Amino acid sequence: MSAVATLRRSRRGGQPASRRLRPWYKNGSLVAGLIIVGIMVLLAVLAPLISPDNPLHQNLDQALQGPSGTHWLGTDKLGRDVLSRLLYGARVDLKIGFLAVLIPFVVGSILGAIAGYYGGWIDIIIMRVVDVFYAFPLYLLVIALVFVLGSGERSIYLAIALVSWVSYCKIVRGEVIVARRQEYVQAARLGGLKNMRVLARHVGPNVVSQAITYAMSDIIMDIMVIVTLGYLGLGITPPTAEWGSMISDAQEFITTLWWMAVLPGIAVVITGLGLSLIGDGLGDLLSPERRR
Amino acid sequence: MLGRLKFVPMRILQAVPVAFGVTVVVFLLVHLIPGNPAESILGAQATPARVAALSKQMGLDESLPQQYLHFLSNLAHGNLGQSYTYQTSVLSLVLQRVPVTLTLVLYSVVLMLIISVPLSAWAASRPGGARDHAVRVVPLVGLGMPQFWVGVMLLLVFAVGFKWFPVGGYGQTFSQHLWYLFLPALTLAISVSPVIIRSLRSSMLNVLESDYVATARSKGAGGWSLFSGHVLRNAVIPAVSIVGVNVGYLVGGTLVIEQVFAIPGLGSLLIGSIQARDFPSVQAVALFVAVFVVVVGVLTDIVYTLLDPRVDLTRRIEV
Repeated sequence: MSAVATLRRSRRGGQPASRRLRPWYKNGSLVAGLIIVGIMVLLAVLAPLISPDNPLHQNLDQALQGPSGTHWLGTDKLGRDVLSRLLYGARVDLKIGFLAVLIPFVVGSILGAIAGYYGGWIDIIIMRVVDVFYAFPLYLLVIALVFVLGSGERSIYLAIALVSWVSYCKIVRGEVIVARRQEYVQAARLGGLKNMRVLARHVGPNVVSQAITYAMSDIIMDIMVIVTLGYLGLGITPPTAEWGSMISDAQEFITTLWWMAVLPGIAVVITGLGLSLIGDGLGDLLSPERRR
Repeated sequence: MLGRLKFVPMRILQAVPVAFGVTVVVFLLVHLIPGNPAESILGAQATPARVAALSKQMGLDESLPQQYLHFLSNLAHGNLGQSYTYQTSVLSLVLQRVPVTLTLVLYSVVLMLIISVPLSAWAASRPGGARDHAVRVVPLVGLGMPQFWVGVMLLLVFAVGFKWFPVGGYGQTFSQHLWYLFLPALTLAISVSPVIIRSLRSSMLNVLESDYVATARSKGAGGWSLFSGHVLRNAVIPAVSIVGVNVGYLVGGTLVIEQVFAIPGLGSLLIGSIQARDFPSVQAVALFVAVFVVVVGVLTDIVYTLLDPRVDLTRRIEV
């Protein structure tokens, strides 16, 4: 260890210093999470190349078969290859899950930053709206919104955006309220910088880490929402391969072809585990002082 | 004691704008329908005459604020509209289903406490130890499990495999209800427990590090008497608010889980009404559930204050 590092370590004090100086690739959770999610994304991207069959290809003569050489995981009630549908399902569920996070992340964070920074009546109004949205259980509001907006991908993005901005708003607002009192923000304001500039250049970068960490669990939440909608028959319209509707289709045959209901769920769990680990690792890396 | 309840009227007053906001959102749901709501609600049965009649019935020719006032005054008279499919008042439909869903929610809260209190205590008793790590890994996996899938899995193992429980339904008598609702309640409990365990564990750790536990230890208390008399009592207080905060999540989950186990509660009403495009029923369920969550929020704060003498919500500073 170099002298500078030792010095820095002692100045920051305490035992956790070693953790703080650890580079990202030595953060076990983060690396494990990135590998898991990376593999899932890779499988999704390569689905057209590695799938044994077209996921939409029906073959009623060979419906509801067990695993075999041609169909490793058997076939569903329309004779479609389950493995191919599982791989193609990843394309749909992961894509929507990852993309759906963007709008609520941006909109929620901006509104939260404004509420926290300006305070007063802007804060009161924004937070009362947040309270109203919090009163609706997530699934209730998403289901109702997808119902009125009509099924399909676009409605899912919209419904998720309308529902999940509130969490980012709350998190960022809390962070901004703390950051406002910090000396570097006071200094920037006393230095005559405009509010928007202080917010964007000084406060923003320092409060965004919490929102990014939260975004990982939010992606999990979004994937849950998508598969749940699919299970309820309100999500992505058939015959597109999607994990939730695969589970719902399989429930009929659960006494015999049980793996058809089990596997899509396991795919969700593995993805969720990867994202949780990334979230944990990021939390560790971005705000070490918060760990207990 | 009663002095601390001075905040109650204030807290209820705070909930009023939120409740109004809920009615606005539920009201606006109709207007999010792309195109003419009446036409879309009628779907395949839309003829110009029917569309015109329904538009008039829904008051779509009035201005938005006028329509909202109408909606509110109907609401005040307990009139949530007529169900298109059942041809009865939506209110009676909802009230029929409420006891079922409420039983399921309470049942799952009980199971959740049975699961999470011992596990979090077990983890907190050796912070950083193997059991602590074991319990902390559970949420990582648990949070990524879709609730309905957990339900399907329990169904697969305990209803289809071992045949210990029915595959679905609600039963006739109270003891049958408990038997039929066991797997659905367990599903919900399992999916919420990770969050509860995480919070309970850290609140127990806080208690364990406190001075009064150190004092109790120095007086020779240990083991179960220390845990039940000092740790559990104080750790339960934050647990109340954690459970309160998660009631919305639990109720939302109930709506979905009812589908898995074919339970005739609010969730089945919601999904059935959606499939039938029965708009007033969808609105009524949404309104009812959201207002329920707001009320539980108020009650949680009241119970919280009663349990913890240090909490004074009259002087709460929001951060």
